[in-house]
Amino acid sequence: MPPHPADSQEFDVAIIGAGVVGCAMARRFTLDGARVVVLEKAADVLDGASKANSAILHTGFDAPPGSVEQKCIADGHREYLEIHEGLGLPLLKTGALVLAWDGEQLAALAGLVAKARENGVDDVEVLTRAEIMKREPHLASTVMGGFWVPREYLIDPWASAHAYLLQAIANGAVLHRKSEVIEGRHDGAFWHLTTPNGIIRSRQVINCAGLYGDIVDQRLLGQSSFTIKPRKGQFVVYDKPASALTSAVILPVPSKTTKGVVIFRTIFGNLAVGPTAEEQTSRTNASTDKVMLEDLHAKGVAMLPELGNYEITTTYAGLRPATEFQDYQITTDAARNYITVGGIRSTGLSAALGIARYVASLNSITPLGKPIKSPKMPPPDRLSNYHPRDWETPDHGGIICHCEMVTKREILAALDGPMPPATLQGLKRRTRVCMGRCQGFYCTGPLSELTEGRLDPPIGERDE
Amino acid sequence: MNNVQNCNVAIVGGGTSGLALATELTRLGADGVVVLEREGEAGGVPRHCGHYPFGVKELKKVMKGPDYARALVYRAEKSGVDIRRGTTVTALHKDARLSITTAQGAYDLVANRVVLCTGVRESSRAQRFIGGERPQGVITTGALQSMVYLHGQRPFRRPVIVGSELVSFSAIMTCRHLGIRPVAMIEEGPRITVRQFMRPYPAMMGVPLHFGARDLRIVGHRQVEAITYTDAHDKVQTIETDGVIISGRFRPEAALLHDSHLVIDPATGGPSIDQYGRASDPAYFCTGNLLRPVETSSWCWHEAVEAAPRIVHDLAHNRDLTKGTALVVSGDALRFVVPQRLVQSDAPHAMEQMQLRLKRPTVGHLIARSGGKTLWTDFLQSRPERRILAPLAPVLAARDSQTIKMDIIEGH
Repeated sequence: MPPHPADSQEFDVAIIGAGVVGCAMARRFTLDGARVVVLEKAADVLDGASKANSAILHTGFDAPPGSVEQKCIADGHREYLEIHEGLGLPLLKTGALVLAWDGEQLAALAGLVAKARENGVDDVEVLTRAEIMKREPHLASTVMGGFWVPREYLIDPWASAHAYLLQAIANGAVLHRKSEVIEGRHDGAFWHLTTPNGIIRSRQVINCAGLYGDIVDQRLLGQSSFTIKPRKGQFVVYDKPASALTSAVILPVPSKTTKGVVIFRTIFGNLAVGPTAEEQTSRTNASTDKVMLEDLHAKGVAMLPELGNYEITTTYAGLRPATEFQDYQITTDAARNYITVGGIRSTGLSAALGIARYVASLNSITPLGKPIKSPKMPPPDRLSNYHPRDWETPDHGGIICHCEMVTKREILAALDGPMPPATLQGLKRRTRVCMGRCQGFYCTGPLSELTEGRLDPPIGERDE
Repeated sequence: MNNVQNCNVAIVGGGTSGLALATELTRLGADGVVVLEREGEAGGVPRHCGHYPFGVKELKKVMKGPDYARALVYRAEKSGVDIRRGTTVTALHKDARLSITTAQGAYDLVANRVVLCTGVRESSRAQRFIGGERPQGVITTGALQSMVYLHGQRPFRRPVIVGSELVSFSAIMTCRHLGIRPVAMIEEGPRITVRQFMRPYPAMMGVPLHFGARDLRIVGHRQVEAITYTDAHDKVQTIETDGVIISGRFRPEAALLHDSHLVIDPATGGPSIDQYGRASDPAYFCTGNLLRPVETSSWCWHEAVEAAPRIVHDLAHNRDLTKGTALVVSGDALRFVVPQRLVQSDAPHAMEQMQLRLKRPTVGHLIARSGGKTLWTDFLQSRPERRILAPLAPVLAARDSQTIKMDIIEGH
């Protein structure tokens, strides 16, 4: 008999939210021997804050020293480096340059370098203007100075979260999608969580609900110690040839008036500029604005003049679950075996594995099972532009998306896999179909037919 | 190392240009002509256009797009052209070597000459910075037509069409084919982009036309629910809809060029070519809509037929590596000129005309200059979407100079 029957509705740990933090949490607790259930409100995983970010694995060099955030980023960075090969996840060691473009920023550099060293990122290196231009010859000559952070890397923001959760599922965890936790009560031993899929019984609850973290706390604990203040970030993504314009991630020096924008390559081979930082009340509306996008483009061109010659592939906006506090809000209610992981703002991707470790260390219950010695490793989505792709291996069934070179075999594997996408967005994150320069001009037709009956909403209806 | 195959002429892209060129090359006696088509069927964009009129001038018949595409494929294969479907070119290399992948595996194809005929695509929502949410149901006309005519799918029931180019009218026809009626056609400018005689067509089809619609935004979380825009009177208007067709603003499909050693003209977005249609590497020729956005199938067909004899001549001679003079646009009215380079060659079958486009509606004198000297001039009154032709002979006479500039002196 398998140790964790999938049809059991009784668990050690119920994780609310399948964003990158919930996915990493599910992996951690499953590997530690717990029976884990993940409850996701949306039809697919990574549907909230985790669907849009800058896909950089940060060192946390600029995080507030001594903060939980700084510790989790450092631990998360370390663990990603340890596990990425085993999980088949890509890593592109680009490093980052923190650059000053005016006198105020130049004056702030020394403080940032000192902070990096205080945070244990002691391999930063101050560079002269000439050294910077030698490393990045396409930069505008108005750059004044900066420093080098060698261990800022590029990763796949979706494949990594998918791999964490897929590994949890392969080792016994259960994922319920379309399972919003409506209400819950703690009976002294168990939580009884009401979802559209029935009552879930779990000894412990970990709230990883991201943009809904305060709402979940209010529903289950009756109150929340923080309020989510969604912060929108818009991005402009350039066509792949533009990625030749930079090697490193180009980071800004935050000033009193503005945080500045990042220029970064993506693991998929594009170049992107962003984010903006806009406070808003809506937890769902990740709209883009022409004026803001034009402003981002102008800022990108100011730093990298040749960028103006390249085509734009896409634009997008993401919502970060900021709160009224600076640091992460990770709190425990020991009496009710409840842990809140709130306010994981823009650094969630870098910190997820570290957050999971941190929460495991706070854990007040002992899992019934034993740590899994040799966990199963599911095959990951292999979508990095800098690593071998499926189309390079024969019998791929033909190329469906020509811009991103997505094969029929990859699409069918995603649709028939252990965590099939429920939406076109989900299929895009798993395969990159429709994510390229044509934005569906060529592939929407065949894709519509190939995914018939598999996605909700469908790409199209059959025209009788 | 991949396995290597050889051919005489490798044509990348099996649309109107590629098929017309292949057929004509074969007719002129070239052997070993291979067309590489990444889709499962050859024929290109006309395959998606299930409406009239195609083929009028070149095939002397009024046809729907798919029939026209089938006719081009039939003619090519009957004349002995090897059309390889489901065959994707992944890289262009020096010495006319192509990296190719198919469902079965990869190989390299080495040709005597390569001709790039990869065509155009429409600008996406992102390229126009259209704001708002990102629901499903925002697609280009090309994607719509592929869904409807090739895959029997219907993405929405009452869409809004963005743009008023020829292809936007094609989107209306595609909707009619589906038995649905667009709820509106939205144009940013003060008038329709196509010729004015098309102006009544949307109303005849029951599609309201809105001009001066700026700051378009898309509303809807999962699926499109509405669009909003600011009208000419600065009022924000809302139209309820379940889909958005982003039409027109074509751009060359030049992805292969970007990743290659070939020089791109940022003005056209296509390759920089000489008067023989050769790219910066003379082993590579280019023809069709890859050269510039955008012409009709008929125009591309004729362009390809005219390109064939110069390729045949080139095959019979040593590759002509002579340096050329840059042909450039100057001032702020002209958008581009094709060709971009004039080589000092007396080989036959050179293009007889250059093609230009405007950035904005302009009245004035088009003028060709070299040094301080005027080579040619003529009166011009035109609009950005219209083709402008000018004779190459007067400028070819000055092709030993540094640069030849095309400019417009505005006014009557």
